[in-house]
Amino acid sequence: MSEAFIQLKDICRHFQVGDETVHALDHVTLDIQAGDYISVMGPSGSGKSTLLNMLGLLDQTDAGSYRFEGRELTTLAEEKRAQVRREKMGFIFQSFHLIPRLSAAENVELPLMLMGMPAAERKAKVNEALASLGLLERASHRPAQLSGGQQQRVAIARATILQAPLLLADEPTGNLDSHSSADVIHILEELNAQGITLIVVTHDTNIGQRARRKIRMVDGRIEQDGY
Amino acid sequence: MATDVKPQDTLHFSYQALRAYPGRTSLILLAMCIGVAAIILLTSLGEGARLYVIGQFQGLGSNLLLVMPGRSETSGAGVGLVGTTRDLTLEDALALQHSSAIKDVAPIIFGAAPVSYESLEREVSIMGSTPALLSARQLELAIGQPLPDTNPRVATAVCLLGETVWQELFPNRNALGEWVRIGAARFRVIGVLADKGQSLGSNLNDMVIIPVASARNLFNQPSLFQIVVTAHSQEQLGQAQQDIERILRQRHDGEEDVTVIRQDSLIGTFDNILGALTWALGGIAAVSLVVAGILIMNVMLVAVSQRKAEIGLLKALGAPTTQVLRLFLTEATLLAAAGGAIGLLLGLAGVFALNQAVPEFSAQPPLWALIASVLITFITGLLFGSIPARQAARLDPVAALSGR
Repeated sequence: MSEAFIQLKDICRHFQVGDETVHALDHVTLDIQAGDYISVMGPSGSGKSTLLNMLGLLDQTDAGSYRFEGRELTTLAEEKRAQVRREKMGFIFQSFHLIPRLSAAENVELPLMLMGMPAAERKAKVNEALASLGLLERASHRPAQLSGGQQQRVAIARATILQAPLLLADEPTGNLDSHSSADVIHILEELNAQGITLIVVTHDTNIGQRARRKIRMVDGRIEQDGY
Repeated sequence: MATDVKPQDTLHFSYQALRAYPGRTSLILLAMCIGVAAIILLTSLGEGARLYVIGQFQGLGSNLLLVMPGRSETSGAGVGLVGTTRDLTLEDALALQHSSAIKDVAPIIFGAAPVSYESLEREVSIMGSTPALLSARQLELAIGQPLPDTNPRVATAVCLLGETVWQELFPNRNALGEWVRIGAARFRVIGVLADKGQSLGSNLNDMVIIPVASARNLFNQPSLFQIVVTAHSQEQLGQAQQDIERILRQRHDGEEDVTVIRQDSLIGTFDNILGALTWALGGIAAVSLVVAGILIMNVMLVAVSQRKAEIGLLKALGAPTTQVLRLFLTEATLLAAAGGAIGLLLGLAGVFALNQAVPEFSAQPPLWALIASVLITFITGLLFGSIPARQAARLDPVAALSGR
């Protein structure tokens, strides 16, 4: 079998909190196959968000190796890391992180704008993405005019518009009611069914249990990892 | 694949950001436009003062030279009267007419005396001179005749009235041929000067002109106050000055005891002084722009800390550090451009209003001040905008996204 989609080897990340050194990631070794559906669970401070941020190149590593599609990422300069984030990764956040002054369409358009796509091309792509998530009639609405579930769907459209192969979701349902949660999880699972690699960090056991592969973290270590 | 955001997108994104915080944006715009408007208004005032003074000098008549008794130790425009050794006399003045470069020679005795007609009396300046004065000082007669062109050494009891004197002493009446009393003597009015207005602080309308010999008797003053000389042309000013100095040196036993002031050098000096004043005023106003720049920096720093989540998001979406820097610099530049433009219009409107309110004073902004104010606006915008922009670009995305 060829090299895994993502290979983590002995990844360490520690923070200095006062006099104490907190090991957010303590020699984490993990292989992730393309198209995987993984949930990461664990108590607060177990390092699950740090793992996600590290996978998304938002956070640095202190030691270890991170290979992505066969390419070592820990040694990349910031500009290159930004490019990998732009082209290969999509993020879903608990608080959506939509820019309040921009319309739903403009929020979805952001990644396209950042990669320098001409405005005329962007329009069609944005409409397609919004339509596939049933948001077309909300295109010109500001985030404040949308429900939580709608906002998260806009965020998903934004995260997937460049067809990044990796989707990282940090508590994607944390701010949603159960109905919207089910809706969002359904969309994410559908994307996974289409081939996207999905990693979800969550507190919610019901959601965590749905993943094919369930990882449990404690004190920066992977305590449980199973299908 | 193109990886840079299109410039129009950067511009649009920054514009939307500015629109989203109207209070903050208008505060910065206000500070910027006050600064620019202040530069334009103050330099316009300075420039207006310069043009006004130069205009006043030129109103004295072109090709003008003033000969004063006494010699200043320093050369230039200073009217030093230190160490007067010999008075200027009427004979000195008449001798100057031998120079071929010289057109008019008007000896002047200056004094003040009460002038009365019937029951009306007025204390005015009296200028004793010759017919050449009118052409030398570019004065014109409203009615009547100039002083008689006879031997200037002989006193004649005739006078020319200034516009104001005429109106005060002869309200709505003819003055020609009437006798007025000046001091102890009586003079016949033979002419009235046309309205000339203010010239270099002295009111030529409130004045009476009499023959120089009559003034000598009236004030019991044998020496001249000054001699007003005009050259035939601008080119002959130098020759005229040399001739004056040579003739008077000969007449004064080789002593150089007069001061000859060329009007053009006087203008040059005032031009320099007032030009410097305009620069200084512009500099003071520029300080207000720097203050505006510091305000921009502070407001932008607050903006960066308020928009941490947005910056974190842009980084998560793959915006490189340079792109975040560019977005915030564009905001600062947009603010500077808009503030500069509004300030420019405001300043020019202020100058226009000023000129409407005080028509005799024509303020106008010098071109360099217009260019400098716009340049300084952009430089302060970029300079003070770059510090917050750098801070934004350096934010750690994880911390920024969590609002820390």
